[in-house]
Amino acid sequence: MHVEEKLTAETFPAAPERATLEGKNKFLGFWLFLGGETVLFASLFATYLALKDKTNGGPSAEELFQMPVVFMATMLLLTSSLTSVYAIYHMKNFDFKKMQLWFGITVLLGAGFLGLEIYEFTEYVHEGHKFTTSAFASSFYTLVGTHGSHVAFGLLWILTLMIRNAKRGLDLYNAPKFYVASLYWHFIDVVWVFIFTVVYLMGMVG
Amino acid sequence: MSTITRKKGVGAVLWDYLTTVDHKKIAHLYLIAGGLFFLLGGLEALFIRIQLAKPNNDFLVGGLYNEVLTMHGTTMIFLAAMPLLFAFMNAVVPLQIGARDVAFPYLNALGFWMFFFGGLFLNCSWFLGGAPDAGWTSYASLSLASKAHHGIDFYTLGLQISGFGTIMGAVNFLVTIINMRAPGMTFMRMPMFTWATFVTSALILFAFPPLTVGLIFMMMDRLFGGNFFNPAAGGNTIIWEHLFWIFGHPEVYILILPSFGIFSEIFATFSRKRLFGYSSMVFATVLIAFFGFMVWAHHMFTVGMGPVANAIFAVATMAIAVPTGVKIFNWLFTMWGGSIKFTTPMYYAVAFIPSFVMGGVTGVMLSAAAADYQYHDSYFVVAHFHYVIVGGVVFALLAGAHYWWPKMFGRMLNETLGKISFWLFFIGFHLTFFIQHFLGLTGMPRRVFTYLPNQGWETGNLVSTIGAFFMAAATVILLINIVITTAKGEKVAGDAWGDGRTLEWAIASPPPVYNFAQTPLVRGLDAFWIEKMEGKKELTPAEPLGDIHMPNSSFLPFVTAFGLFVAAFGFTYHNDAQWGLPVGILGLLITFGSMFLRSVIDDHGFHIHKEEVLELEKKEANA
Repeated sequence: MHVEEKLTAETFPAAPERATLEGKNKFLGFWLFLGGETVLFASLFATYLALKDKTNGGPSAEELFQMPVVFMATMLLLTSSLTSVYAIYHMKNFDFKKMQLWFGITVLLGAGFLGLEIYEFTEYVHEGHKFTTSAFASSFYTLVGTHGSHVAFGLLWILTLMIRNAKRGLDLYNAPKFYVASLYWHFIDVVWVFIFTVVYLMGMVG
Repeated sequence: MSTITRKKGVGAVLWDYLTTVDHKKIAHLYLIAGGLFFLLGGLEALFIRIQLAKPNNDFLVGGLYNEVLTMHGTTMIFLAAMPLLFAFMNAVVPLQIGARDVAFPYLNALGFWMFFFGGLFLNCSWFLGGAPDAGWTSYASLSLASKAHHGIDFYTLGLQISGFGTIMGAVNFLVTIINMRAPGMTFMRMPMFTWATFVTSALILFAFPPLTVGLIFMMMDRLFGGNFFNPAAGGNTIIWEHLFWIFGHPEVYILILPSFGIFSEIFATFSRKRLFGYSSMVFATVLIAFFGFMVWAHHMFTVGMGPVANAIFAVATMAIAVPTGVKIFNWLFTMWGGSIKFTTPMYYAVAFIPSFVMGGVTGVMLSAAAADYQYHDSYFVVAHFHYVIVGGVVFALLAGAHYWWPKMFGRMLNETLGKISFWLFFIGFHLTFFIQHFLGLTGMPRRVFTYLPNQGWETGNLVSTIGAFFMAAATVILLINIVITTAKGEKVAGDAWGDGRTLEWAIASPPPVYNFAQTPLVRGLDAFWIEKMEGKKELTPAEPLGDIHMPNSSFLPFVTAFGLFVAAFGFTYHNDAQWGLPVGILGLLITFGSMFLRSVIDDHGFHIHKEEVLELEKKEANA
């Protein structure tokens, strides 16, 4: 199928993200990129685990972490992953408006998460847990901050796609772009599941 | 250069290269930039050898020696060997699989410019206070103590930028090879160089992120008050060593596997025989890559990981000798009974086998953890890795340059000069590094800028220095050869050597911008050879002649990479100067701004019409 073809709900392919060679390449290339990202986060996690008890006299994980905020943030991000699934579901059904709506909700939830994270970080800094305080602090902020900057990038990415394509609707040129952005969003979500477990839960009980 | 560009002025050609997304031109860019860095790294090597030529020499003393030594290693690995291999991958892999371009032409250009600006940034350090001086491994205990100038910051930021480029290149090749193979080109019909590129790209994809993370930590510690490696605040310098070698050991396979691929092509071509044991070659390549991730700690035997860890890593390391041995025997059996033609590339290939095997044998010696306590940080290690990297990778680069030069530029390098340069290089190489084994065994430490007389090291070092000048002479002759060839070398046909086996030899030299007028149908391993054996001169087409879709050129990749270059300067100096932070942010804005533009501006490419293709093909046939 051709990129610039005008499509209707009837002619829109079942897997629009892989209907063209460009789309297929993007799809595969992005999965591979996520493989590299996985190793990146694995390295950050490994370092965090090695340094998490080296507080250098600063506050420890047990003293810092507060379940309510972290739990709220987690719920927001997990839900945003679900809403992005709805968005892609509507993309596959060639329902551009509903796709935009669900991506919009995804962005709002993601922004909520990011807001909570920024609030959380400022609280920690007030409690004397600065980036320069200890090896624990450096590794904590780098791991969680790298995830946070991924969230910020993902938000801007999805927003850009939504605005850029607002008037022209779906075609085989932009369907892979939306799909890949949603993959990225899921990846961020999966990483957060690990951060929630390894950093926060283990930090509060371990 | 293609026939179209030759008619243009200098400015137009330059603009063409700054904006190109054509894999063949990007290959030229990698070759030129990698070649220049290779000369720079070579010059640094000569300076090292001059300093060590006699005891108590004062040519390069102390700190400056450390800088030259660090930059020699860093430049050769990151800015010379890898880009030069990328040059051949770009030039050849799409052709070998019958594709019109790579999967992501834009990303391909971006990858090149990232590498280029990263390398440029690293080398700017020479003029801005001092180069990095903690060795190419930049161990944290040394690099955190290096406070006299910003050298290490140039290392951490420069390598991060060029590392992004390398990862992009890897993803690109993986997708290209998986998705863009011509009809009939199954995985087990892919030429060995393409296989090697495929496996290498997978290694890059998984090995570079740990390096990136290590570099980020180092940057945080040095520029932003982080404490990852600062023991006083709970940090741990060993983390750097692990991250570095989790990257660093796969890195040597990232270098050697494509080199093996180049030699596999050359052995088959000039033995005029199918590669012996093709399937076992593929298997061995994959196995080496797999093992490559499980042996990093053999660089750290003396760190004190304990006997269990040392034993595991020692055994895993020794195991790599098995698939490597499989390859060596396959190459020998490829030559066995073949009708061998001794061309310059074949000289390098034949010389590679004993040279590389020697490096492999010392590798197994070093892998014995207990014995390694004796060899560690001595010239024995220096001799070992130069035997595998020069005897393996550099020989392959020189062989590949001679082998694919006619394909890339349409002219044959002079064979006589090629052979003279080979002999000088071969003799110089063994002269330089063989004796270093014995210098190491008698206790000469690596990385130290001088030694005292009467320790029994004078003769060995002098011999080694003389050998280095042989290699320098060989390089000069190669350059003369390139100049002569470019000026008046004989033009060659598509099948430049007459014995080409793989698809790249079936099309014009240099190939037209669209590579294949019709996508070929691949009917087996060595697809072009099969056609030739049936008396045909051309490939069997898999599609009728039609319009060809091509990607648009773009200046954005250059700008995107340039933004990071600017940002790196800003962040390097943000603690010293007011302008640091704004410049850093400006650079990031340039980069993210051009990424934004790339996202919002549609790029559908263009079509070369059937009639134009026919005309170009006709012109090529007449010429």
